[in-house]
Amino acid sequence: MSDAPIRVLVAKPGLDGHDRGAKVIARALRDAGMDVIYTGIGQTPHMIVEAALQEDVEVVGLSILSGAHMTLLPKVAIQLREAGLGHCVIVAGGIIPAEDSALLMNQHGIDAIYGPGTNTDEIVAFIRATVATRRAAS
Amino acid sequence: MTDTTVQQLANDVRRGDRRALARALTLIERGGAPVRSLRRALAGYGVGSLVGITGAPGAGKSSLTTVIAQELRQRGMQVGIIAVDPSSPLSGGSLLGDRIRMYDLAGDSGVFIRSMANRGQYGGIAATTLDAAMLMRAAGFGMVLLETVGAGQSDVAVVDVADTVLLVEAPGMGDEVQSIKAGLLEVADVIVVSKSDRADAAATLQQLRALVRMQMDADDAWAVPVLPVSALRQTGVAALVDALINHAQWLQTHPATWRQQRRQLLSLQRALEAQLRDAVQQLPGWTSALAQLGQRDSDVLARQLLEEFVVSGFTKE
Repeated sequence: MSDAPIRVLVAKPGLDGHDRGAKVIARALRDAGMDVIYTGIGQTPHMIVEAALQEDVEVVGLSILSGAHMTLLPKVAIQLREAGLGHCVIVAGGIIPAEDSALLMNQHGIDAIYGPGTNTDEIVAFIRATVATRRAAS
Repeated sequence: MTDTTVQQLANDVRRGDRRALARALTLIERGGAPVRSLRRALAGYGVGSLVGITGAPGAGKSSLTTVIAQELRQRGMQVGIIAVDPSSPLSGGSLLGDRIRMYDLAGDSGVFIRSMANRGQYGGIAATTLDAAMLMRAAGFGMVLLETVGAGQSDVAVVDVADTVLLVEAPGMGDEVQSIKAGLLEVADVIVVSKSDRADAAATLQQLRALVRMQMDADDAWAVPVLPVSALRQTGVAALVDALINHAQWLQTHPATWRQQRRQLLSLQRALEAQLRDAVQQLPGWTSALAQLGQRDSDVLARQLLEEFVVSGFTKE
């Protein structure tokens, strides 16, 4: 069980179409041996939570470059908890200012936020370690 | 996971609890003892039919799956979708992207989409998808659509578990011999020429209809329909869904044709292969066989493993 592949949902909430980053991450996670479900662009929080529920993922990766992160990311986090998916690790990426990042992580249940130029190994290591901890706790 | 918790999960699945269904599907994918408990708990529940959708890469399987699901939703049915994509042979990971093309179904609570990686196993995925379909049927879905990896032989392995096999052929994908070579025409119950808005669709339709007439058997009373569908223009979808429902009804009165018997035999063979492989990989000799790869002939190594397996005696779980 503890060595089952990690299932990750990668989604782009909101209206921006800049999906290069999300695709790079999706590929890096696949190359790290994870099962990555990629939903593409234009996802509402409801669609993301529905997909996370159906796919029974342990990680939700959200890429957002539109500037709407303070609205959309907390919504996803709240709706995940409401759907009984509070165990999901939420990782966000995109253009997110440092002060917003701090707020999102301290108050809105986002577990990690990565900006442009982040080494994908760092993200893989974080996901592996966090999922291992949560699997051990469940 | 204990038998009692699996039983509770099975009850929740039957009540239509979507979270329970999702968790049960994960158990199925991970394999092992809980799978057998789930099978026992859910055997005989659910009535929906399982439609396997197959065809070459780019034939339009995901788009077709989406419009079929939309049509079924309009008819008031709940739909389960299992979308199988290949695993990376190098990392073992996978990038499952069928949801991109199923955008129009996202957020509809009458549709349940589950993406699965095939783990590179030709036979294994067939058993897994059959169990996944069993769960979805038990949860009350009127039809389960199984969309497969669009590649040759492994495709046949997946569709041989389906009640109805839907073959998708795009127009202009080469001459008719290609279709015969692929071996998929033989197992198809319904054939769709996709992208029928294209000019060359009519010729493909004619060729396939001629081929199907040629291979019809006297004892095989089901006449395989060849239908034009355009997912883009949304034409031909109602006729296709009618054909799928007709075939499911026809199966009720014609339980065992040669086609199904052959499929069931294949299914048994693959289950046997998968179980034997799993059992052999538990043997102490497996590690040493792996260490000798490349130095000794694989036929010799396989033979040794089989001998070790026989000597070890098969332990019942």
